[in-house]
Formats: sequence, structure tokens, C-alpha cells
Amino acid sequence: MTTLLWVIVPYVCLAVFVVGHVWRYRYDKFGWTTRSSQLYEDRLLRIGSPLFHFGMLGVVLGHVMGLLIPQSATDAIGLSPSAYHTIALVGGIPAGAATLAGLAILVYRRRATGPVFSATTVNDKAMYAVLGTVIALGIWNTVAGSLFHFGGEYHYRDGVSPWFRSIFYLQPEPDLMADAPLGFQLHAILAFVLFAMWPFTRLVHVFSAPVGYITRPYIVYRSRDERPDAATGTRAPQRGWERPELHKK
Amino acid sequence: MRVMAQMAMVMNLDKCIGCHTCSVTCKQAWTNRAGTEYVWFNNVETRPGLGYPRGYEDQDEWQGGWVLKKGRLRLRAGGRFTKLLQIFSNPKMPSIRDYYEPWTYDYDTLLNAPAQKSFPVARAYSLISGKPLNVSWSANWDDDLGGSREHAVKDPMLKGIEDKIRLEFEQTFMFYLPRICEHCLNPSCAASCPSGAIYKRSEDGIVLVDQDRCRGWRMCISGCPYKKVYFNHKTGKAEKCTFCYPRVEVGIPTVCAETCVGRLRYIGLVLYDADKVLEAASAAADTDLYEAQLGVLLDPDDPAVQREAERAGIPGDWMEAARRSPVKRLIMDYKVALPLHPEYRTMPMVWYIPPLSPVVDAIRDTGYDAEDRDNLFGAIDALRIPVEYLANLFTAGDVAPVERVLRTLAAMRSYMRDVNLGRDRREEIPAAVGMSGAEMEEMFRLLALAKYDDRYVIPTAHAEQAHALEELATDCPVGSFDAQLPAVFGEGSGRPVPVAVENFEMLRRRQEADSLENQLIGGQRKQGRVNLLNWDGVGLPEGLFPGPDASTHDTSKDGSR
Ligand code: SF4
Ligand code: SF4
Repeated sequence: MTTLLWVIVPYVCLAVFVVGHVWRYRYDKFGWTTRSSQLYEDRLLRIGSPLFHFGMLGVVLGHVMGLLIPQSATDAIGLSPSAYHTIALVGGIPAGAATLAGLAILVYRRRATGPVFSATTVNDKAMYAVLGTVIALGIWNTVAGSLFHFGGEYHYRDGVSPWFRSIFYLQPEPDLMADAPLGFQLHAILAFVLFAMWPFTRLVHVFSAPVGYITRPYIVYRSRDERPDAATGTRAPQRGWERPELHKK
Repeated sequence: MRVMAQMAMVMNLDKCIGCHTCSVTCKQAWTNRAGTEYVWFNNVETRPGLGYPRGYEDQDEWQGGWVLKKGRLRLRAGGRFTKLLQIFSNPKMPSIRDYYEPWTYDYDTLLNAPAQKSFPVARAYSLISGKPLNVSWSANWDDDLGGSREHAVKDPMLKGIEDKIRLEFEQTFMFYLPRICEHCLNPSCAASCPSGAIYKRSEDGIVLVDQDRCRGWRMCISGCPYKKVYFNHKTGKAEKCTFCYPRVEVGIPTVCAETCVGRLRYIGLVLYDADKVLEAASAAADTDLYEAQLGVLLDPDDPAVQREAERAGIPGDWMEAARRSPVKRLIMDYKVALPLHPEYRTMPMVWYIPPLSPVVDAIRDTGYDAEDRDNLFGAIDALRIPVEYLANLFTAGDVAPVERVLRTLAAMRSYMRDVNLGRDRREEIPAAVGMSGAEMEEMFRLLALAKYDDRYVIPTAHAEQAHALEELATDCPVGSFDAQLPAVFGEGSGRPVPVAVENFEMLRRRQEADSLENQLIGGQRKQGRVNLLNWDGVGLPEGLFPGPDASTHDTSKDGSR
């Protein structure tokens, strides 16, 4: 069981993550989009979306810090564990709160605004459920575990983090995770499930963060013959060419 | 000098009858799809009026286009960093309310209503929410000044002349303004796109959205001051007017031009100096921009330009087309065409001949001779309102160029009347606007009589230039998602062969022939295939799934497939 959960599942999920993205990029560039619903509704989006996304950027940064940087490294630069802990909480709690608040607004908006709700696919709903649970568990772990020492103290930098890194060293140490509190276990396993879903959901838009915009010239020129095998021509209507249909509500 | 060719259009507004044929045919060709119900690549607005989307010209509100800040050209809505910070929610994106909520009617009720006393009614339903809709706005709600007391008074272009203009019906002037994407030389839509998905084709300057690279960040939609990039709310991608590039590439005009009832559209090439665009777009005063824009255009008869063009790889027949270009003649030689809103600094490439008709109508209403030069000239001076309004549209408020154009058109009107009536030519009339009689007559021919081939001088794209002109997956949301699947999935499935110069003739033969047994492009055969577009979802049309004989047919005839 330990091996299954903390070795096999992570590797399978990561493999799906990588191969899935290659597949999606290769075969579905057209579907690779944020699928924005701003056209339908923008009052709530204007608050919720930046809250969520900027919060999320903070959360990702926090995870990089907590998971990828070993404690020995922070010790080496003279950062005491308690100082690290304070930094993590001071940065993590606002980021987590913003994420959660943003997500709440966005989910409410999605449910309450008719057009946005009709544009929500089953795929989206499943993804939101997993994403929301992962975030909620993560915040629970931080608040309940680290802040209030709920159910005993747990140092994830001695357990979760080395386990996570061990996956990438290809020398997985499942036992580290088997001893972690349930909250962390669930958070980790669901996060891997989310990774596996990632390439097949709208989450792919994360990987098109347009950093190249900063350096590229404003006006792009392209020659007509740059994509010789581009596919158009005489064939059945493609996605995006469906006729409008009335779905009465 | 870096010579580039640009496909440009001129519209002669005097001839537009506001029939919306162009809009409808364009819509049928490009945007009759789910997700693009509200999208009008071509729309026709009544001016004065709000336009589409509502009040799009108010850049204080929409922040489209470029501005000059401390002598440097910047995107009005903010540069790269601002854009990236706003990427999660574009503050300037118009909402569907600024366009209109697309709707359809519940025709089923009409067909299925039981016998009853009162007539059944087809109610309007929103195509977005699916709920019953009280239709209260659309793409041309204020057509023909309908509701002008309420709407036209809000026209952003009336700014500064509101006090003079009286929108009382009998005093109102009115004309139509058909609009497509301007295919700008300095497109702010492309500059706003974080993904770099919008590009200007280096061969013909057509501005396109690469559907495979668009990620739906929506910055182009607010970045275009003409609001000519639209968001497809089904696919989550930006779409815009394509200048009908698949048609233009084979030498036929855009759908809007082809079907224009007034025959008022001209299509042709202009040459321009790409190195000068930025400088011209940075002209100090808004009112300098028209001249600056003229300044980047190059004369194809100039030997220096010809040399440079050859160096830039512009083929000989394109140069020939540039020399014969009706657009070039109207813009550069007769100087009667003006750009729409040069003050947005995008260097728009759809030009307009301002309408003389408000002036003519005013004279006729007073009972004077509306074709007399002096009456017309006098009226142009006297009728400040139409002239100032036109100047707000076409020259950033500078009335001098508009007056010059209107005088030229007025002169042509009275000069040609003498010619047509067999009277003596009065050469002082063209001379008064700095033209010779012969020139004026030529201009008249181009404006009034020009035949198809004179209105559209479109060189075909070059096969040697463009691996057989296979289109980039660009404007239309056509993915290569299932390009690898074998042809058993119905008509055109499998690796499609793009429409190209080489197969254009074949395509035409197929279209013109009667038999269904014809070859499809790429050597496939139509038999045993199904056009899913025509399938209503009821039952299984013959050939939806290939039977055993259909597949042997496929392999035996098509070999490679
Ligand atoms: S008019 Fe066309 S080319 Fe110009 S900025 Fe708008 S969309 Fe881009
Ligand atoms: S088809 Fe021609 S005449 Fe009719 S509205 Fe369009 S531009 Fe005007």
C-alpha cells in the first residue's frame, strides 16, 4: 500500500502529466486556451480572478521554497528553522487566504451567472473539485498543523519535502510519507491526481504564461509559408465551426 | 528603405446605401458559428451614431490604440508590464452588453402550436443564457438614425461640435460607414497580444490571429481602437477579419467587396516603407498623422522604389499590380481617400472617400442647383457641421484635408456634368482643385464606372513564394486536432489538403460541375462521404460510417490513404 500510494501513484501521475502535455500540445493547440468567460460577466471576475491567480503565484512560490529547498540549504545560509517558519507563515497565510477568497468568488460566480455556468463543462467541474480540495487541505495543514499544532507538531520539511525530492532523485522513500499526518497525505495524493488531470483540463494555460512578451518586438511579422503543413481545406466542419443552437432555459 | 506590400481597401462612402449586404455575406462566410453570434467582421454604422460596439470611438473609455507619451509611442492601455499584471482580468474589455446579447427565435412554437384562437408567437431567446430575452440593442440598433435623439447624441465624434449640431430630424445629415478591420501598418492588436499570436503577414500585410497560438488573454480586444478583434466565447480565442485571405490569395476580392451592392469598394496594393512606420506613427500632433501616413506610402513608379522592392523580393507581377492599384490612385494620386481615425496611430489601411452627399442634399433642399460648382463650393464652406464631423472621423479634426477632398468631388461633379451633357468643358473647374481635366475624367471613371477588374487589382499569391500557398492555420478556428485520423471519419477527415493556388482551379471545376462524382481537392472522392454540417443529428445519413465497399473504394482509388 505504501509503495502504491507514495511511489507508483506519483510516478504514474507525473508520467501522465508530461506525456499528456506533449500529446495535448501536439494535437490540440487549438484547445489550448484560458477559456475566459470575461465576456459574460466581469464585475466579480475583476475581483476574484486577480485575487486567485496572484494568491496562487504566492502559493507556488511557497511550495518551491518548502518542498524543493532542503532544510540543510536554509540552515547553511544561516536561516534558523523558526525564522524560516515565520517567513513561511507570513508569506503563506496571505497567499493562501487570497487564493481561497478568489476561488470562492470565482466558484460563486461560475454557479450564479447563468452564461458562465452553461459554459462550464464536466471536465471543469471535476477539475475545480480537485483543485478546491487540494487548496483547502493545504490551508488546513498550514493553519491547523503549523499554526495551532493541532494533533501534534509535524515538520513537513523532515517528511513531505524529502519524500517529494526523492521522487525526482529516482530513489523514492515512501516511508517518509507513510508517517505523515493524514492531512498532508491527502494533500499530496490529491495534488498528484491534479497533476494527472492537468494536461486534459483548462489548467494547461498555466504553461502559456506569456513571458516572451516582455522581450519580443511589439509587431510580429510572419511569412505566409511558415507553417507548410497547416491544416485547412476541404473537410468537415472543425471545432469552432458549429452552428449556434438554442438551449432554452 | 524597406519596401513592403500591403493589401488595402478604399470605400467610397457617397455610394453606400446602407443595405448591410456586406455584413450579412461576411457573416455567412465567416461568423455564422456558435461563439461568434455577436461577431461582425464587417459592420455598417449610421453616422452620426454610436457604432459597434456601442461608442467604441471613445478612447478615454476604451483605451485602445497608441498614444504619444513624452515623444514616444506607447499603447494607450499600458505597456508590456501593465498588460501582464492585468492578464487575469482585462479591465478594458468590453462586455457582451457593449455589443449585444445575441438571440434567436423559438420557431418551434410556431410549427408545433396546437390549433388555438390567438396566433402563437415566436419569442426571442438569448443564445448566451438560453433565457427569454427582451431585445433592446443590436449591432445596428440606431440604423438610419433610429432613436437618434437618444443614441446619436452620445456619438463620441460629436465632441466639440455638440452645441452646433441639432439632431432634429429635418436638419440632420446622415451617411453610412461600413467598417472592417483596418489591417493597420502599426497594429495595436498585435502589439497587445501577450502570446504573439497576432501577426502581420509580410507578403501582403494582412493581420491575422494564429488560432493555435492564441491563448485567450483578450488583450487584443481592448488593444484595437476600432474594436475589430472579437472574442469567440465558445472556443475562447480571439477572431478577426481576415481580409478573406483565402480568396485574396487566389486573386478574388473579399466577400464584402464582391457582394457590395453600391460597388463602392476598391482593393489593391500599396507599397510602404516599413522603416518609416514607427516614425510616422509618432508624429507630434494628431492632425499631422494623415500626412505622415501618406508619407510612408511609396510610389511604385519611382525607380528607386522599384530597385528596393526587387531587393525585398517583391515579385514583378506584384509590382505591376501596385502600379495599377486603384487604391493607390485614390489615396496617393487623387488624394481623395482618407484614413479612418488616424489619431489612433495604428496607420489604418482601409481608407474612405468622405461623402459629399450631405452637402449636395443640403443644396438640393434649398432649391439651388446641386451640381453647380460655386453652389457646392459655397456650401462646403457654409456647412461647417458635416465637414467638422467628417474631420473628426478622418483627419483627427483637421478640416482642411476634408474640405479639399469635398471640393475635389464637387468639382468632379460639376465638370463631368458638362461633359455628359455635351457642353463645353470648363477646364477652370479641375484647375481650381489642382487637377487637369484628363485626370479628373480618369478619376470619375474610377469612381463611377470602374468595372470589376478595375476596382479589384489583386495579384495572386506566389506558389514559389509560399510552398504552394498553403494557408497558415490562422483566422478561422481550424485546428489540426484530428489531422492524423484516417479518412474513414467522413468527408475531409484525415490529413486535408489545403486550398491553394495549385488546386484552386480544381476546386473551381468541382464547384462548377454537376456531378457529385467529382474529385475533391487532394484526390479524394465525394462519394461515400458525409457533410456533417448538413446533418441535423436525426438518423444516420448514408455514408456516415463507411461500409465495407466504401472503404475498399477509398483504398483502391486513393491508394496512399
Ligand atoms: S483595426 Fe485590425 S489591424 Fe488595426 S488594430 Fe484593430 S484589429 Fe488590429
Ligand atoms: S454592401 Fe456596399 S452598399 Fe451595402 S452597406 Fe455594404 S458597403 Fe454599403
